[in-house]
Amino acid sequence: MSEDKKKVRIAFFDFADCEGCQLQLTYLNENFLGLLEHCEIVSFREAMSERSDEYDIAFVEGSITRKHDEERVRKIRENAKIVIAYGSCASLGGVNGLRRRFSDEEAKEIVYKGRDSHLEAGWPRPVHEVVKVDHFIHGCPSNNDETIKAVKSILLGKGYTPPDYPVCVECKLKENVCLFEKGQVCMGPVTRAGCGAWCPSWGNTCYSCRGLLDDPAEQGQTELLEKYGYTIDDITEKFDLYNRCRMDAEKEAEKK
Amino acid sequence: MSGELAKKDLNINVEYITRVEGHGNIVVNVKEGKLEKCQLEIVEAPRFFEAMVRGRSLFEVQHITSRICGICSTGHCMASVQAAEGAMGYEVSEQTKLFRKLILHLETLDSHLLHAYFLVAPDALGAPSVVPLIKTHKDVVLRALRMKRQYSDMCDIMAGRHTHPISVCPRGWTKLPSKKELEKMKEIFTGQLDDLKETVEIFKSVKLPDFERETEYVALTHPDEYAFYEGELTTSDISGTVKPGDYMEIVHEYHAAHSTAKHSRNKRDSYMVGALARFNINSGQLNDEAKAVAEELGLKAPCYNPFMNTVAQVVEIAHCTYDAIRIIDHFLENGVDYDDVVTSWPTRDEWPSFKVKKGRGVGAVEVPRGLLIHDYTADEKAVVTEANCCIPTNQNLANVDLDMKKLIPEIIGKSEEEITLLSEMLVRAYDPCISCSCHLLDVKFV
Repeated sequence: MSEDKKKVRIAFFDFADCEGCQLQLTYLNENFLGLLEHCEIVSFREAMSERSDEYDIAFVEGSITRKHDEERVRKIRENAKIVIAYGSCASLGGVNGLRRRFSDEEAKEIVYKGRDSHLEAGWPRPVHEVVKVDHFIHGCPSNNDETIKAVKSILLGKGYTPPDYPVCVECKLKENVCLFEKGQVCMGPVTRAGCGAWCPSWGNTCYSCRGLLDDPAEQGQTELLEKYGYTIDDITEKFDLYNRCRMDAEKEAEKK
Repeated sequence: MSGELAKKDLNINVEYITRVEGHGNIVVNVKEGKLEKCQLEIVEAPRFFEAMVRGRSLFEVQHITSRICGICSTGHCMASVQAAEGAMGYEVSEQTKLFRKLILHLETLDSHLLHAYFLVAPDALGAPSVVPLIKTHKDVVLRALRMKRQYSDMCDIMAGRHTHPISVCPRGWTKLPSKKELEKMKEIFTGQLDDLKETVEIFKSVKLPDFERETEYVALTHPDEYAFYEGELTTSDISGTVKPGDYMEIVHEYHAAHSTAKHSRNKRDSYMVGALARFNINSGQLNDEAKAVAEELGLKAPCYNPFMNTVAQVVEIAHCTYDAIRIIDHFLENGVDYDDVVTSWPTRDEWPSFKVKKGRGVGAVEVPRGLLIHDYTADEKAVVTEANCCIPTNQNLANVDLDMKKLIPEIIGKSEEEITLLSEMLVRAYDPCISCSCHLLDVKFV
């Protein structure tokens, strides 16, 4: 391609998380190099020493926890034309939400066991609770097929909307035996698809890492649970593995 | 040191050191030739995993602790399922163990390759990252990508993906590879042996800094094999071994008076874990192919140069490759027992009669960066009441600190750029994983 055509500048940033979603990109290999013909990665601390503050698209990975992280993500929002919440810690709060079951003091006590700490505990939040997010790429970890699809679509100016149907749709297409039939509790019926029913296809249950559907079929889920002899309590404690932040936000909204 | 150099002032502040996993800063202050401050600050957000797993079931703990770190997720899963099985009193089959050893090899291969090619090789080839190498050393980059892709393809076969493996769970595997898939893996590994040779060639020509500081080396050891998945703890300063459950006899976590850090030490002020520590303790048990690579690369035990950790990783790449082929051959010859497949949780019918004992379990595994320990206590409903994780990077922090304190005065005559580069290279040699180290703590050491 000609050198004059301006490439889209992409930057990656990580906050409280395992950096596993950035790591997914190192598995893209040839596809990744193909993508580099259309865009330029200007900041990717895990793999590069070069860095720049001039970028068009910011991939934000991880939950926002501490004050100075808030400031950092605000700065990123100011610099970027498009902000993508990349991976469940960023898009939902993810497993970091589990820490919300404890106050700052309790969490510190569990970890430091009475030792004094002036460490700022921070409160885990998905990125959109701190700054405006333009697009969401869910998953723990993110799925490269979806990431490529989303990035292509965003580069074409069409944005990206993740599916709003349940994982069960993809699971059925894979012809997997239903996990409920195997005596397991599965979050597939209320979880946003897009992963290709990744976990059920490898024999594990769905933990709802891509978040609840915008409008989950509560009635259907309740009937399903009844059919297999479970109650809503059996699954509520599983919901909060990834969806604690959304559950908190809904409770807040109800109060108002 | 000359009189002029003795008065040297130096302020190095590498904010967000790159090409390491996680956020860290290096700070070096020299005033009038005297080293005043020399620290690796860890600035990653703390995540409180010990709190996150409290009140959760042993059957989902590996799903949570895997998320401590993307690169080390398989290692965390291994330590986690061992601890969970220990706590509930469950013995897994030999087949389960052997497949776990295979997937752990894949993680070690993938992680060592990433470190050697993407994080260390650019320094050796004089580039700021792997990206410019695409133009100058295209064959090297393509080989690295090809090998990584192949490890990743095999992780896909074994566990659905490398990052956060799906089918690893307490009691065993939720899916096992078919004969065809095993043959595929064998084909990938054998097709890769030339690339392995080329990898060794690169590291023959890489010139690593000449620096030595003897320390205590800590690793798992096993009577029958070069220990990764199982074994007992030992060190270069003791003669016997210590059972995983008694790890605190060796891993003494302490609060340094001058910092808020959780450091570890045993007999000395610090110790080292990781590939070089494993090599120093267990090199006699490497397979012949790995022994040959060690000889080619001039690595001999005991080696006191921390920069050689990367070379020890290359030796382990050879060991893990040939050991993985051995495991695959075993299953190709003897077949796989597919009745061994389990569900990730006991089924609804199993639960009423499923016996869980109340208690404590400790998992100890050699992961790419060194000894990893997960220690859980759970109640009779398999709910976690107490958890502790000992991370290799945290165990190494005190040792990096002392290495820096010895290294900086030795290189003080060099330019600021060279000193900065060498400090960064030292930190990178340890292959620190800061996501891991900050699963619970904000670490500073001064």
